[in-house]
Amino acid sequence: MSISPPHALAVWQRNAAMYRRTWMLNILPNFFEPVLYLAAMGIGVGNYISQMGGMSYIAFIAPGLVCVAAMNGASFEVTYNIFVRMTFEKAYDAMLTTPIEPQDILAGEVLWAITRASIYGGSFFIVITLFGLAPLPWALAAVPVIPLTGLLFAAIGMAFTLRLTSIDLFSFYFTLFLTPLFLFSDIFFPLKERLSGMWLWVAEVLPLLHPVRIARMAFRGEVGVVMVWDVAYLLIVSALLLAWAGKTVRRRLTN
Amino acid sequence: MIVRAHAVSKRFGDHLAVHGLDLEVPRGLCFGLLGPNGAGKTTTLRMIYGVTRPSAGSISVFDLDIAQHARRVRARLGVTLQQNVLIEALSPIENLRVFGRYHVLREPALSQRIDELIDFLELGSHATRPVRTLSGGFQRRLAIGLSLMNRPQLLILDEPTTGLDPAVRLALWSRIRDLRASGATVLLTTHYMDEAQRLCDRVAIMSAGKVIAEGAPDQLIVTHLAPEAIELDCAPDDEAALFTGVPIPEHRVRIGRRLMLYVDDATALAKHLRSHDGGGRCMLVVRPTNLEDVFLTLTGTALEGGAA
Repeated sequence: MSISPPHALAVWQRNAAMYRRTWMLNILPNFFEPVLYLAAMGIGVGNYISQMGGMSYIAFIAPGLVCVAAMNGASFEVTYNIFVRMTFEKAYDAMLTTPIEPQDILAGEVLWAITRASIYGGSFFIVITLFGLAPLPWALAAVPVIPLTGLLFAAIGMAFTLRLTSIDLFSFYFTLFLTPLFLFSDIFFPLKERLSGMWLWVAEVLPLLHPVRIARMAFRGEVGVVMVWDVAYLLIVSALLLAWAGKTVRRRLTN
Repeated sequence: MIVRAHAVSKRFGDHLAVHGLDLEVPRGLCFGLLGPNGAGKTTTLRMIYGVTRPSAGSISVFDLDIAQHARRVRARLGVTLQQNVLIEALSPIENLRVFGRYHVLREPALSQRIDELIDFLELGSHATRPVRTLSGGFQRRLAIGLSLMNRPQLLILDEPTTGLDPAVRLALWSRIRDLRASGATVLLTTHYMDEAQRLCDRVAIMSAGKVIAEGAPDQLIVTHLAPEAIELDCAPDDEAALFTGVPIPEHRVRIGRRLMLYVDDATALAKHLRSHDGGGRCMLVVRPTNLEDVFLTLTGTALEGGAA
């Protein structure tokens, strides 16, 4: 059975209806989080680092943190929040009494995760722009990276969640997967100055590396062939994982 | 026939939840699936609306194969699940709106339908409060309201009144009768026999994944037992003394000390028992036989002798 866009949109609208209720509470942390990061890393740690990658430390980490915000926004949605909807709120049991099919649920949830990623990443982007850390107009070229990062981490997290039976296992996903990505994806130090030879190639596997690289190049006003590879990575990995999820979701939601 | 299930089985690992089930639900009736917990009622319903796939057999709804046409079938039916699946942070109106979108209803039809349902289920006084602040009866009415969103031709209710107080149950029964009167077919599960008897035109009694009896409630009583029941307290050892001089009825069920006897005319036997019970210690009651009795007899709960 194929995806029906109006039904997928109805799934998205359920989440949007709930989010509208609490958006003021939800969106405030989205603004505080970057301010705290920038304060601690930029003003604190950055004070001991004269420059990195040819710029101030705070300017160096800013584009990467935009991607991290998008990653976190999507990841929370497709892990904890989906598990809650599936197991505790029984939202999918309700949907499956209507013409909505499991593939529509998958599509609607991915769309919603991209939306949340865009709200998170977008808030972060606005804050760093206000701090003067996003050189306009170049930095605007990094904006499309926000939903793309959301798509990638929605796909990765969804694939993980579809295999999971216990909510406790999500902490592994966050501490053993997302946290290392956060620390080693070119955000806080330039990988190519610390890794050499083969290890630089191995690092290309890291999903977060790709949006971070695009975002940083955009902030610098640079264009390069590597961006084609980065975009291709984002799209291909997302497509493969979502294709797998599309086959699996019916078995997970029906029996 | 609105629903036609033929030789349907469903296996979960080692457990055979439904075993060679045949079921036909005629148009325009209120049809009850009765059975103890674990009899396979909910699994049967889930197979009918297409979220559980039969391991064997076939099911058609509205003459469409559910395995092929789940979307089309579900567009024409409504389901109230055993457990309410409401969005607790949102109001009844918002819940209805979200659910209406699942059926791709658009404005102004959506708002109009929401108003109709709020009226029909008398939710008006609480329509804008968060669902989590509403009583169980309100929540259940809203859950049923959601399943009526698309004006279903078939309404499936899984234990619609479990856990509700008597007044709310009566009110819900009356709504279900209204729906049937307006032409909808209703398929419900229940383990309340009074509910089945008052509401259902036809019932199927399930046990261990099979239908073991089917028919109109009155007809089931006549076929399996007898129209009148005598109920009394009597230890198994005291039976012989009590029944001296009268034949012990063929149809009988014992649950602990309580003995139930089913006869065509209870007058003579009741008189005999009263005169031999040594002063009314038996708590003897004469009443019409009900579906509960048929159910107890057929499903073997506390069954002892009688028609099996």
